Amino acid sequence: MTPLSYFELLRLTLPEIIVAFAGLVALTIDLMLRQRPAAIRWRAGALAACAGCAAAIVLIVLRPEAANLYDSMLVVTPLTQLAQTVLAAFTILAVLLSVDSDFTAHVGEYLGLVLFATAAMMVLVSTQNLLVIFASLELLSLSLYVLTAFNKRSRQSAEAGLKYFLFGSMAAALFLFGISLLYGLSGSIELDGIAAAIHLQPLSPLLAVAIVMIVAGLGFKIAAAPFHLWAPDAYQGAPAPSAALIASSSKIASFVVLAVVMLVGLAGEEGSGAWRSYMAGWVPLIAVVAVLSMILGNLAAIVQSSVRRLLAYSAIGHAGYMLLGILSDSTQGLSALLYYVITYALATIGAFGILAALDKYKVDRAVDFAGFSRRAPWLSFCMLIFMLSLAGIPPLAGFFGKFYIFSTALLTGSGLLWLVILAIAMSAVSLYYYLRVLKVMYVRGSVDGSGQIKTSLLMNATVGLIALLVVLLGCFPAPLLHWIDGALRSMPH
Amino acid sequence: MLAWTIYISFLGAAAQMLLPRANARAARLTALLTTVAGFAIALAAWWRFKPGEILTVTRVPWVPSLGIEYHLAADGIGLTLVLLTGLVAIAGVLFSWNVELRPTEFFTFYLVLIGAVYGVFLSFDLFLFFVFYEIAIIPKYFLIAIWGSTRREYAAMKLALYSFAGSAMVLIGIIAAYVESGAKTMSLADLAQFPFPLHFQMWVFPLVFLGFAILAGLWPFHTWAPTGHAAAPTAASMLLAGVVMKLGAFGCLRVAMMLFPRGMGPWEFHVAGFGSWRGLFAVLALIGIVYGASVALVQKDFKFVIGYSSVSHMGFVLLGLMTLSQIGLDGAVVQMFSHGIIAGLLFAVVGRMVYDRTHTRVLSELGPMHLARAIPFAAFTFVVASMASIGLPGFSGFVAELEILIGTWRAYPLLAALAGVGILIGIAFTWRALDKAFLGDPAIAGASGSPLPPITAAERVGAGILMVSTVAVGLYPRLLLDLILPAFQSPLFDGLRRMWR
Repeated sequence: MTPLSYFELLRLTLPEIIVAFAGLVALTIDLMLRQRPAAIRWRAGALAACAGCAAAIVLIVLRPEAANLYDSMLVVTPLTQLAQTVLAAFTILAVLLSVDSDFTAHVGEYLGLVLFATAAMMVLVSTQNLLVIFASLELLSLSLYVLTAFNKRSRQSAEAGLKYFLFGSMAAALFLFGISLLYGLSGSIELDGIAAAIHLQPLSPLLAVAIVMIVAGLGFKIAAAPFHLWAPDAYQGAPAPSAALIASSSKIASFVVLAVVMLVGLAGEEGSGAWRSYMAGWVPLIAVVAVLSMILGNLAAIVQSSVRRLLAYSAIGHAGYMLLGILSDSTQGLSALLYYVITYALATIGAFGILAALDKYKVDRAVDFAGFSRRAPWLSFCMLIFMLSLAGIPPLAGFFGKFYIFSTALLTGSGLLWLVILAIAMSAVSLYYYLRVLKVMYVRGSVDGSGQIKTSLLMNATVGLIALLVVLLGCFPAPLLHWIDGALRSMPH
Repeated sequence: MLAWTIYISFLGAAAQMLLPRANARAARLTALLTTVAGFAIALAAWWRFKPGEILTVTRVPWVPSLGIEYHLAADGIGLTLVLLTGLVAIAGVLFSWNVELRPTEFFTFYLVLIGAVYGVFLSFDLFLFFVFYEIAIIPKYFLIAIWGSTRREYAAMKLALYSFAGSAMVLIGIIAAYVESGAKTMSLADLAQFPFPLHFQMWVFPLVFLGFAILAGLWPFHTWAPTGHAAAPTAASMLLAGVVMKLGAFGCLRVAMMLFPRGMGPWEFHVAGFGSWRGLFAVLALIGIVYGASVALVQKDFKFVIGYSSVSHMGFVLLGLMTLSQIGLDGAVVQMFSHGIIAGLLFAVVGRMVYDRTHTRVLSELGPMHLARAIPFAAFTFVVASMASIGLPGFSGFVAELEILIGTWRAYPLLAALAGVGILIGIAFTWRALDKAFLGDPAIAGASGSPLPPITAAERVGAGILMVSTVAVGLYPRLLLDLILPAFQSPLFDGLRRMWR
């Protein structure tokens, strides 16, 4: 073990530290402005939060690093830096979308938790040590539980927070159990060490149990069936800005860590998920999870009347597609996964941003959107873009993401044609429920007595920016792809 | 230059969004200007087009790491259909002159649809092709769901889901072909030269062909067509029958048949009398011809008559494709053009000239109104369209159906005879509709309501454009044949030509 160099550690974790510090600043500012109106407190706090995230992004972009410290506790590669940049950027979006909300008077605490969660995610993606993964995952989860239950005036919010917490602690226990088994089998808690140790052994029952536990623990975070039960309630009950964060950046971080654990830590234990030639390993296991998620998510979404629940079930379906990127078991698969999860998160955060903007108007069920295209033309146009991107209609980002991840799964995964066919069939199903929401918005006339919807300029601009990104990433996928591929080229395998 | 047909349509759509929302006049004029400009560009390209060439319009890398290019080009077949799109688009705007409900949104969706259709016909990169193909789905949905009539939401959703299911099948095939060929290129020209293994072609061909054929109204997947056509507003029915169904047929030819020609070869075994996918699809196409015509014969709703006639006529296109001979394929493409014009004309008469004035489409109610006297121009247009539709010499339908029948006669003599029966039934239902709707018994007293509003200038011009086109092609078929026939000699169709020897 190399001797600890605290200065080195400080230098490499400076982005995370800045974000966490910004959280403290936001808390302090809010404390000083206690007597001022909420609007001012939101703006001041958000400014601090955005400044912190922006500073972290600038720092990462300007100073590319590569390091591996203390048994992989801290791994800094272009890939982790890419993930951190994206996560910080999504936090900025989530914060901007929360500025106009009035679900709470505790502005400082809210923003502080958002930034702590972000710091946790940034640590999460830049480690290959199972204990650090677990610790940061817990910090992330605890922040998100509180954010879910943040609306104290709403029973639904409290219920969602409790459910999320109960399921989450169960998943964490399973994950920890899996870690302990892996440690027992390999004598190591860093992913490379584990891979080196178990790579030579045949798949023992103990290892199989460990893999199942790990997948269950992380499957909870990505809301894949059958570990999805918290998602619909959390998406529906949580304040919209919190839900935006849970549905977007938390998804990105969880997928990155799942991919790293599977591809690095369990390399050599893939097995096979090819049609009629299964072999035990993590590939068939994840294939099962993917199938369940795709089918359950998409079919259950059809019958939802609440838009948030619909988004939750569609998130489960999308988690199924994204697992194909991990199943591809290749660098290109990781590239496809990253592209997909980033564009997916963009469309989702945009959709939740619109729901956040409409919080005052008590819009939840799909039918509440009647006549929306005339009451709020701009927001409904953006919603159209987000929904169609989620449905995978070109030229929006969601389509290229689907194409890339499906063709990669076919190209580098072994014998996954059956899964690709299922995924494409299910995404055809998904058009139905996305169109249903759009139908109410554009086709139905508004209910009497509902006038124009007024939203702030900042809200409109943020949602518009996200929509623009969704369109641009769909029409010009090459730059983001180039960035991702450049980051992945430095990976060892 | 030709690429601007696409861009100008999308720009026109964007311009619509910037117009004041209630200003119908500005919306229509912008739309008319856009479509006329698009058609003018297409005409200019046609003027300079040398038969047999493949005119590359744009070719730039799009996603270099995956070998996807932004590649627009035109061969004779694509150009024919681009011209058709231009014509129908102008006529469609002229027949939407009376749209007062949310006019800017109407023309936004309309122009997005037109732009996407141009894009499909000009794409020479498989990925790009699919992108444009899918873009077309969404505006269709909204055009029907917002501005439609009878059960519009149901019909719109049915159309969207059928289209999307079809394109899902196509997507599977496209991804499989892309990966099978080494995931290096999506260029149609390169993929057409790639020797896909026989067993691969045997499963991908039917998948992709069916996926596209759903949109071309292949029996038994045609059921979206009559409901969709009937529910759609006039301009949308014109586009739907006129060009969108051609997207499906064009996809069958350009992707399924061109890339996987050996998928049409014999199976080496027989199931229920069928020895190849080709035979199976030919029979389905024939059933479509006869079934569509027979059902059209008993419809009470005027628009459903035309809707089912589209199924019947598109059956000819698919039958022509399955003859796998130069003359049959040529006939199929001419039929695409011809049916695009004629269907546009028929829907214009039924939807705009008749329904918007009488507010009924029930044939038995139309009879007593003595439409031939009340709106003679509508009757005249319908008679011309009917003559073209049943394939009288001198109209475009004649050339097309003759070629298809000759091609079929060589490949499947029995089917040719049955297709002849289909044509006879076609004459019957057309005559029946004409008789019931326009030539009501003069003895029955007409409804004594207010006189119908006269036919507007916009309608006359729109109908005029389409009538002139069908007659021009009918009298001088070389206008199109000179474009289409040499196109089949290009290297793109090497594989297909090997099939017909």
